[in-house]
Amino acid sequence: MCLAVPGQVIEIGEDNMALVDLAGVRRKVCLDLVDGVRVQDYVLVHVGFALQRIDEEEARRARQQLEAMFALSRGEAEPS
Amino acid sequence: MKYVDEYRDPEEAQRLLEAIRPLAGEPLRIMEICGGHTHAIYRSGLDQVLPESIRFLHGPGCPVCVTPAVRIDQAIALAKRGCIVATFGDMLRVPGSHESLRQASARGADVRIVYGSLDAVEIARKNPGRDVVFLAVGFETTAPANACAILHARELDLENFSVLGSHVLVPPVLRYLLDAPGTEIDAFIGPGHVSTIVGSQDYAFLPEEYGKPVVIAGFEPLDLLEAVLLLLRQRAEGRCSVEVQYRRAVRPEGSPKARAVLEEVFELQDQDWRGIGRIPRSGLGIRPGFAPFDALSRYQPDLPQDVAEDAGEYICGAVIQGAKAPVECPAFGLGCTPEHPFGPGMVSSEGACAALFRYRQNAREARA
Repeated sequence: MCLAVPGQVIEIGEDNMALVDLAGVRRKVCLDLVDGVRVQDYVLVHVGFALQRIDEEEARRARQQLEAMFALSRGEAEPS
Repeated sequence: MKYVDEYRDPEEAQRLLEAIRPLAGEPLRIMEICGGHTHAIYRSGLDQVLPESIRFLHGPGCPVCVTPAVRIDQAIALAKRGCIVATFGDMLRVPGSHESLRQASARGADVRIVYGSLDAVEIARKNPGRDVVFLAVGFETTAPANACAILHARELDLENFSVLGSHVLVPPVLRYLLDAPGTEIDAFIGPGHVSTIVGSQDYAFLPEEYGKPVVIAGFEPLDLLEAVLLLLRQRAEGRCSVEVQYRRAVRPEGSPKARAVLEEVFELQDQDWRGIGRIPRSGLGIRPGFAPFDALSRYQPDLPQDVAEDAGEYICGAVIQGAKAPVECPAFGLGCTPEHPFGPGMVSSEGACAALFRYRQNAREARA
């Protein structure tokens, strides 16, 4: 039920409805639940609504943190 | 697809598993709260590739599964009165006390599947001579969208649209599980999409009051593996806190706009959970100001009355609460299947029983 899929905003029309590309399928999505969505943004789409903008910068930072964690685990796994 | 493919990379999964193994000496029982996570774990086979010391307990986070049977009975009663019943596809096979909506539909009830709540509003707009009832279920993720449907219907002055709701909340059911005697949960994987709405702060009580760590995770295999690694690291470092793995979508404050919509339309109420029973202040009811849009208030007293839920269907309740595994049920895959579900865990693709059944081909393999 709580399935939400990422899609890219193609255009924003009247009534706060956006056209969103979901892996090649275009759907109308309501933007009433989230602020500040712009064309080209990625949003998470759930039952016809955008739940949240996907934050590119945070995705990148999370990635870096994971790399740091890998480095740390390699250190821990080495015999002392 | 961006934000999907890169979280399914098999080489990355290997790296994560290698980081997990040295930290997984002692057993860790992790409850994944959300049915979407349960589904993802079985679909990707994570339960089979992780060290045996890591055990997943499936949580109650499938709104279709926990919707009380009487809601189905009420929807069928309204359809029999001539209403159009619109609902999510997952709801059709859910057994009511006597029959499912699909069975009622085969007998002539006008039941329509909608993809989203605004589709139900649209059906009402196009059928001014008919009453349209939207059977709406959901956790904090879906409730704002369902609330929006009510706001849209009010804006359109629709007098033929109402919502028959079963809206449930995550924090109260977690307290209920942790307060129950004999609970054996060491840590939680928090629900990613619920948290896009409510943020991460709603779970602070888990580490603070119960000493249980939480990692809020995304739904791809790498998201879940990273969540397991983060929980193990918390244990290794002697920490216990709420962490967000799903940082690309979850902000600490959630979505203020969606929370405002929830607050405008809904109020806290005691709620019946199928397979569990009544939990105080664990659900959302429609505020009296929106009574014309609340099917329960609009069509009373013609509806079957809400009754305390009977938790005695096989061991469904114990499975939904993570106390038993689906394979411990004598009916699992042998009589109780997604086509002919006996109880809540088998009705939705996110129910623990249905997810296990689907991805382990047959009951024998699942039981192995």
